[in-house]
Amino acid sequence: MTPALRLRRRATQRPAAPAPRTAACGPAPVIEVRSLVKTYGHGDATVRALRGPRDPDTGEPSGVDLTVGQGDLVAVMGSSGSGKSTLMNILGCLDVPTSGRYLLDGLDTGGLDEHQLSLVRNRKIGFVFQSFNLVPRTPALAQVELPLAYAGVRAAERRSRAMAALTLVGLADRMDHRPNELSGGQQQRVAVARALVTAPALLLADEPTGNLDSRSTEDVLAVIDRLNASGRTVVLITHEDEVARHAKRVLRLVDGRIVSDVRQAPVDGPPPALRDPAAFAAGRTGGER
Amino acid sequence: MNPYQTLRFALGGLAANKVRSGLTMLGVLIGVAAVILLLAVGNGSSQAVRDSIEKLGTNALTVSPGSGFGTARTATATRPLTVDDARALAEPGQAPDVESVAPEVTTSQTALYQGTSHTVGQVVGTYPAYFEASNSKVAQGDYFSDDDVLNSRKVAVIGSTTATDLFGTVSPVGKKIVLGGTPFTVVGELATKGGTGFQDPDDVVIAPLPTVQNAFTGFGSLNQILVEAKSASATTAAQNEITSVLMGRHGITDPSALDFRVSNQASLLTTQASTTQTFTVLLGAVAAISLLVGGIGITNIMLVTVTERTREIGIRKAIGAPKGVILGQFLAESTLLSLVGGGLGVAVGLIGARFTIVGIRPVVIPQSVVGAFAIAVAIGLFFGGYPANRAASLRPIEALRHE
Repeated sequence: MTPALRLRRRATQRPAAPAPRTAACGPAPVIEVRSLVKTYGHGDATVRALRGPRDPDTGEPSGVDLTVGQGDLVAVMGSSGSGKSTLMNILGCLDVPTSGRYLLDGLDTGGLDEHQLSLVRNRKIGFVFQSFNLVPRTPALAQVELPLAYAGVRAAERRSRAMAALTLVGLADRMDHRPNELSGGQQQRVAVARALVTAPALLLADEPTGNLDSRSTEDVLAVIDRLNASGRTVVLITHEDEVARHAKRVLRLVDGRIVSDVRQAPVDGPPPALRDPAAFAAGRTGGER
Repeated sequence: MNPYQTLRFALGGLAANKVRSGLTMLGVLIGVAAVILLLAVGNGSSQAVRDSIEKLGTNALTVSPGSGFGTARTATATRPLTVDDARALAEPGQAPDVESVAPEVTTSQTALYQGTSHTVGQVVGTYPAYFEASNSKVAQGDYFSDDDVLNSRKVAVIGSTTATDLFGTVSPVGKKIVLGGTPFTVVGELATKGGTGFQDPDDVVIAPLPTVQNAFTGFGSLNQILVEAKSASATTAAQNEITSVLMGRHGITDPSALDFRVSNQASLLTTQASTTQTFTVLLGAVAAISLLVGGIGITNIMLVTVTERTREIGIRKAIGAPKGVILGQFLAESTLLSLVGGGLGVAVGLIGARFTIVGIRPVVIPQSVVGAFAIAVAIGLFFGGYPANRAASLRPIEALRHE
């Protein structure tokens, strides 16, 4: 780990910022977003992808505030254009906010240069995309080894960790298969294995089941449930209620604002699907798609 | 991220598009092979010129009658060169840098031997000093002597082409040939000189001067005087001495109105050598251009590759690949292309240089091999740098959105 990353755990000693909501209980939140605004374009063509509630005094957008604690499973819902993907890209350090602060695992991402951001993406974030985004022509095992290779992990350790991650997502028998030899669900599970192999603080999933059939959706969600049950913080985007039911907390975004924030299960403890599997299965609405 | 890993990624990237990679390498291959081969051909031809200078004898000067080009012809009536002129040049007091002098008369005659007829290109009447000055050596038999000259004996030394045409494989030494109606005894056969001129230097009969004058040309003027300087470095001094001696004898005071020419064969060939030098440089320039085009091919392919793999770059960045690693991967790809292409080009160039090309035996210049290979690799690095840098500088979100 570089010195730059080692020295930046200082979220709790920020003097000026308002006290975080969850600061009272337990460790620093994994995600702490303050007054986040993202706009595209200039002048009349400006699009406010993220703006948050209107400030009562000035009428200006005050930006999005969001805190996600350790071990939470958050679903972000919203129609297209509501800003959920923009939020996700900023949370994943793939994009930078126009204004506002973003503290990831206590680390302020605003002051990081490009190289440090790539290290953050590598060590602290696992990203799962709707369209899988596997590296072409690369076997599953090498695919999962890739983030470890960029992190500079030795070959032997890389291999054993990648195999463990693939076993965890139930693909121990598909290690030498290339993306074009895998089904959509299997590809997405490889992507999940790749995202979690570095043991990141945060797993981000941008509509992970959007391109999958219901059977594969079940597989991928089961993996995510198990990961969260073992303590991993997960934020996922979806517009399916079926997927949102798995979350402990559901956020709804409309026009760049968080309009509702519903807690379905406590932060500590298993996700809804594992709390009472029988009742969860019974409560499924609509059944198969 | 170790270099081995980067190399593996690069190899994977190249293997994904085998035909494209192969064609790009072919471009570099042709460039490198062209540089090596064309420079070898140029070098080979100037080597051939150097060899023929050595064959000719670098000390030789020729004095021929008539004014040089561009001088006033009206100044004096042209006086022919005579045997007396040659004697004057041979006096050490007047021309200390002259080693030997051989006056020459030349004619063309038909030679007969036992019914075989052959038109000899050049029948030369001269002194024995001619052999030394013109670097002619006998393969069998002997030269004729000063004694033969004094007694006007009908003896002759013949060139190898003449010998083959008249005698076939039989040794000509001691045989009698009839030259223009006069019988001559062959005393020696010259070693083959070979040559690239339009006149075969081996189709020649050399006989004592008075014998040839008596039989064919008459005792008038000489065709030319062959002078051998004391050393190669003394040719310029000898040339000046010859000029002043002959100006005195011909009564000429104006150096721009000479009625004779002194030419230095070696300098003539040096001019030819510098011509081939220019030729070599031209060939090299053409080859260098093809190498450059090969380099542009690499840039082009790498740009296409980067555009095509923008999404892959985005994925790699999203999972935490630093800029340096992406840069390294694409640079490694382009360098591999140029390295393999250049290596194969060196092989093709060296193999091609083993064959004779348009009558020239190529002589490979070692520096051109090293240079062409190094330039090819440098081109890979340099021309690959731009696309690689473009790939590495892409913002992850933009790269991921690319379709």
